[in-house]
Amino acid sequence: MAPFAPDLISDQLNLVVALVLGVGFGFVLEQAGFSSSRRLAGLFYGYDFTVLRVFFTAALTAMAGVLILGSAGWLDTDAIFVNPTWLAPAAVGGIIMGLGFILGGYCPGTSICAAAIGKIDAIFFVLGGVVGVFAFGEAYPLLKHFNDSTSLGPVKVFSSLGISQGLFIVLLVVAAVGAFAAAAKVEKLVDPAHAPSLTFPVRTHVSFGAGLVALAVVLALIPDYRTRLLSGATREAAIPANPVVRMTPDELAFRIVDHEPRLKIVDVRSAAAFSVLSLPGSVNISLPELLGKDAASSLSQRHVKKLIVGDSEGQERAAYFLLKKLGYENLAILEGGIPAFNGTILAPTAFVSTGSRWDGDVRRFREGAKTEILKQVQAAKAGGAKKPKVEKKVQGGC
Amino acid sequence: MNNKVMNPYLAGFLLGLVLLATIFVTGRGLGASGAVKNVVVAAVDAVAPAHAARSPFYSQYVGAGKESPLKGWLVFEVAGVLIGAFASGLVSDRLRWTTEAGPRVATKTRWLFAILGGALFGIGAQLARGCTSGAALSGMAVLSTAGFVTMMAIFGSGYLFAYLARGLWIAQKQGK
Repeated sequence: MAPFAPDLISDQLNLVVALVLGVGFGFVLEQAGFSSSRRLAGLFYGYDFTVLRVFFTAALTAMAGVLILGSAGWLDTDAIFVNPTWLAPAAVGGIIMGLGFILGGYCPGTSICAAAIGKIDAIFFVLGGVVGVFAFGEAYPLLKHFNDSTSLGPVKVFSSLGISQGLFIVLLVVAAVGAFAAAAKVEKLVDPAHAPSLTFPVRTHVSFGAGLVALAVVLALIPDYRTRLLSGATREAAIPANPVVRMTPDELAFRIVDHEPRLKIVDVRSAAAFSVLSLPGSVNISLPELLGKDAASSLSQRHVKKLIVGDSEGQERAAYFLLKKLGYENLAILEGGIPAFNGTILAPTAFVSTGSRWDGDVRRFREGAKTEILKQVQAAKAGGAKKPKVEKKVQGGC
Repeated sequence: MNNKVMNPYLAGFLLGLVLLATIFVTGRGLGASGAVKNVVVAAVDAVAPAHAARSPFYSQYVGAGKESPLKGWLVFEVAGVLIGAFASGLVSDRLRWTTEAGPRVATKTRWLFAILGGALFGIGAQLARGCTSGAALSGMAVLSTAGFVTMMAIFGSGYLFAYLARGLWIAQKQGK
């Protein structure tokens, strides 16, 4: 599952990837005509809306791509970098940049493109950028307080607005298509002889606009991949006739005592319950987390039996069918869940006869297993092995 | 000079695909101003390491155990931008040493305002944690609130100041 950095792509290789993607970025920006300051400035005087068209089409394309890939389960959207928000600095920084745009005729990315093809004004713009960063760096002690204010974290725009993601996408696309249409009108009014929109095939553009709105509506209506899988798994788990592989508490106890290497205990209970008492060697992954990239890496060994333990068999079955849908094999659930394991092994109530003549052996085994497993639990707690490992996270931002 | 450019919607679509590929493969977005910051930080650290270590700004990026800022992701990406833009200029016959200015603007004036604009972008991009590419475009692609706020602030402020700066870009209307 994507993204491939930082685990599949090393930090070193990622720099090569950066160079390659940069080549694509620079090539497209220059082909779009972004190496011309007069074209860029045209946005603000109405004679050339190229920036508006390229910028919003690019944002919508990437946005739709992220949603589609996420919805298909190919991209873990929780693992990608979402620019955190510092509300007031973002607004003030943007206002300063807007003034820089209208005075300087470029933004940093376009100035680098223009400098690459020999625009001397762009080279001065880049040098100005160096001066600006240095000035900010020197003045930082004075600005730090404001710079760190109104921090909201990696918040998404639709939740800031209090609407659903789908509705936001539809509204945004409608606004963009409306802006595209209005831009063509304004351009032709301001500069009837040279407006770039004069060369556009109008009918093609109108059908594309309509198609875009339709796509947005479809995207908004498709339920998220996670929601879809989770509800599907819960539905399947609720049908008693659907078979699952089950493991008895005695068998599990035997395997734990035996330090069975081909067993991975996946605890799907809450983190709170897990921290109170957890089986030796188990990992705590909640149901929604099973869909993420991190779970994939710890459950992918096919020859290892994945034993799901939870508060109840119902919860275990939901996780079982979820993992089955995700393509995992060699799964099992613990009979009766953790409560049954406690009742049989760790904190046994009155012994219930198994009806065979081996009752005495079973009792002795359970008593021995209890001592041994509790010892392992204590050892794990003392060793601090239960500390959740710190995942390498994707870094980003300018 | 060749002024023929790609259809903007096609260019936008392709740019969107590059950004999508970046997010898909690396989990992060594109950027530009961050590379300038890395170069400045590296330069300050090389010239005055003691000052860099004391400063609350530079010390975030340099010091023991930290990779050189020049080995940053955005530095390599921007090196790629230079190559890609140069290649595009080559195939479209746009490689010229020129200064592009509004019809009423002298070359030296244009340079002065380019420096000023660049400096403002350098400052603003630190506050907003990115510029038009890294904060606005990439931020919008992942539906970040900051991305939309920064985008609206940049373009809104551009329109706000456009009237004052009109002498830099447009000719006076006839009859005035």
